[in-house]
Amino acid sequence: MFDDSNIIVGLEIGTSKVCAVVGEQAADGALNIIGLGQSRSRGVRKGEIVDPKQAEEDVRNAIVEAESMAGAEISNVYLGVTGGHIRGFNNRGVHPVVSADREISDDDVQDVVKNAKAINLPAENSLIHAIRQHFFVDGQDGITNPVGMLGSRLEVDVHVVHGNTNRLQNAIRLVKGFQIQVNEIVFNGLAASLALLSSEQKELGALVIDIGGGTTDYVVYVGGVIKHTGVLAIGGDHVSNDLAYGLKVPLSRAEKLKLEHGSAVVGEAAQGRSVTFTNELGLPIKTISVGHLQRIMSLRLEEIFQLIEQDLEQVGLGDYLRAGVFLTGGGARVPHIAKLAEPVLQMPVSIGQTNSISGLKSALDQPEFAAAIGLVRFGSFKNRKRDGKSSLAQGIKGAISSLLRRS
Amino acid sequence: MKTNSEIPGANPEAAHKPAVKIFGAGGAGVQLLDTLNAVEFAGAGFAAIDTDAASLSASSATVKIHLETKLLRGLGTGGDPERGCALAEEQISTLKSACEGANVVLIIAGLGGGAGSGISPVLARAAKETGALVLAFVTLPFVCEGNRRQQQAQQGLEQLKSVADGVICLPNQKTFKLIDDNTSVLDTFRITGGLLVEGVRGVWRLLTRPGLIQIHFDDLCALVRDRHSESAFAFVEASGPARSREAVEKLLAHPLLDEGRALADADAVLVSLMGGKDLTMADVNRVMEQIGRYCERAQIIMGAAVDAEMKGRLSVTLIAGKSNVPKAEAPADSPDTAAARETSPTSGSRQTSPLSSLSMEQREHLTVRHPGRSRRAANKLLQTQLPLAIVSKGRFDKSEPTIHKGEDLDIPTYVRRGVSLN
Repeated sequence: MFDDSNIIVGLEIGTSKVCAVVGEQAADGALNIIGLGQSRSRGVRKGEIVDPKQAEEDVRNAIVEAESMAGAEISNVYLGVTGGHIRGFNNRGVHPVVSADREISDDDVQDVVKNAKAINLPAENSLIHAIRQHFFVDGQDGITNPVGMLGSRLEVDVHVVHGNTNRLQNAIRLVKGFQIQVNEIVFNGLAASLALLSSEQKELGALVIDIGGGTTDYVVYVGGVIKHTGVLAIGGDHVSNDLAYGLKVPLSRAEKLKLEHGSAVVGEAAQGRSVTFTNELGLPIKTISVGHLQRIMSLRLEEIFQLIEQDLEQVGLGDYLRAGVFLTGGGARVPHIAKLAEPVLQMPVSIGQTNSISGLKSALDQPEFAAAIGLVRFGSFKNRKRDGKSSLAQGIKGAISSLLRRS
Repeated sequence: MKTNSEIPGANPEAAHKPAVKIFGAGGAGVQLLDTLNAVEFAGAGFAAIDTDAASLSASSATVKIHLETKLLRGLGTGGDPERGCALAEEQISTLKSACEGANVVLIIAGLGGGAGSGISPVLARAAKETGALVLAFVTLPFVCEGNRRQQQAQQGLEQLKSVADGVICLPNQKTFKLIDDNTSVLDTFRITGGLLVEGVRGVWRLLTRPGLIQIHFDDLCALVRDRHSESAFAFVEASGPARSREAVEKLLAHPLLDEGRALADADAVLVSLMGGKDLTMADVNRVMEQIGRYCERAQIIMGAAVDAEMKGRLSVTLIAGKSNVPKAEAPADSPDTAAARETSPTSGSRQTSPLSSLSMEQREHLTVRHPGRSRRAANKLLQTQLPLAIVSKGRFDKSEPTIHKGEDLDIPTYVRRGVSLN
């Protein structure tokens, strides 16, 4: 029972797949991925659950698979969330230091963070993350830990990610239905960035774009902290849908064509090439042009990058990203996607690789699993923080509460 | 029912109020005018103009102008707008004197028949010449009413657009979304009339009610003047604690705004909110924010007013104007017309460019001399204005649309950008 604390599970209920990743955290904090379960998702559109029945079944399959592979029981998960309703913005909290000697204490830090979190969100929205950026002491910039410093006025910048409460609850309730506890909900884009970026890259400034089935999530790091997040409710599904519409083929066929002949830039060779489908008798039924296919795809994907570029332009972060752009998610698999993105974003673009995590090779190499692996990473950070405080008391409390829950 | 005395502060403000005259032209216009007459339009002048004596005699308008020659023997124009037009031209001095003294002239007409389509452009010109601002509220006939009426209506609309400051146009066909299989013909017409009346009422309130954030008469002028194009309007009302959200939802689902598409196309939007004394700034903010998101390119003029009777309710009047620079989204066009558009960006198409550059008189010459040709031209024109390619959204049909700066991103990119696959 005590062992449970070093098993960390990330669950992502995505538009194209539901995926559960089981990680094990060693005593020194190193992560090892020991299990992976996935299932084709049928109840999700644009990152949000639209058919709870179907989604429930898919989640169950993924969890059962992950449990049997890892040989462990899953009792709590870090749940990834996304959707067009999720928004991010920066906020600043202020707190006057009142102690006589003007020394900033732990309590002051907690208070200022609490102030920064007290934001006027729309009534139907709730907070997902409030991520600390930098502290200011009497206006002095760039302080990472002010405890022990002297000052009269403590400020902190936080990046706030929030979303529609009801829609977030849909996913949480579904997971709770399996008697599995949701430790925390995590924005998918944030999770993906945790899996991909080294601290050096975060320091230099980086943009992580996770092109999923239903949504494209992106996160901007500048100077080691998150400065901007965004969600576009466009993804691989849109590409398939465009192809189905443009080539006048059924969606399932469009999906297959996308995988077989898709490309982010229209290839020289594709220009005059065409593909003919045959029916079961071997008679040709339809011919489509690969050039058209790639053109439709290219335009859609280009637009995604353009929208992100416009957004970055608006917040004025375009020039700070010296480590470049990292693509992940299923969309990163499209051939030549980096070549398409580079001129639009005007930055070096590469496909992200998960780093400093060991374990299942099959999971780590796939861009689709970056977000789920990042969820595990997120969990490990939380665990470490918790361990730092009072591991024994926490452990006992956890064990008792999990006993009560199970009974 | 409201009388003048019930409106607080209405009388002292009378001096600042623009003088409004409302004209009903043609059979449909006169009838609609009567429904208006019954509601709260105290202080406005009403005038009915028709060629048909019977329709006029049934009207309750204070001023009745009967256009008549011996040719017609007291009957209508026989569905011929040229006759209506000629008659109105003949009596243009009468029309002018009727418009005299008004700052704003509202013209209500049903286009498609002889009187409405023929008289209203002439009336608009007469009013304009007396120095008034001219706003026309017109309906277009149902598709099932036949090709000829459609063409006549389109022709009338074009003429009206070229003379009036603003034309707010309600194609009856759009109201099909509001009715079901069991709605009677009578009710259908009542609905279309009701929509038009709501529009007139919205403008009327805008002009006459004291506002917290006042929309000045000049603002309205600035919005509609010289845009020479049809404007879309919508009027919605909502109540209860979630009224601001409900109002926005209703607005975006409004058939006259094409599910928000009209907002995306608009380059100027006027929004007038009216609520009770409990109207909160948060309500105003929420509505404006949502609307603003749909039309980021547009200039937005907003106004808010408080009416004691509106307690717990919120009404929003929205007028969206667009200048007639053609939109880039023309995937349904054949490549050569699309190319023609690109070469002449200031005109709608090859067919309209000569027409719209002509003066009124020249155009009339054209229509008189070559009725056949002009009809064909109008026919073509109709085609370029068809709702462009109803793009099915496939698997996203039932999910929440992804709107970004007024563009529906669920529609394939290549369709929105007008890239042809060849």
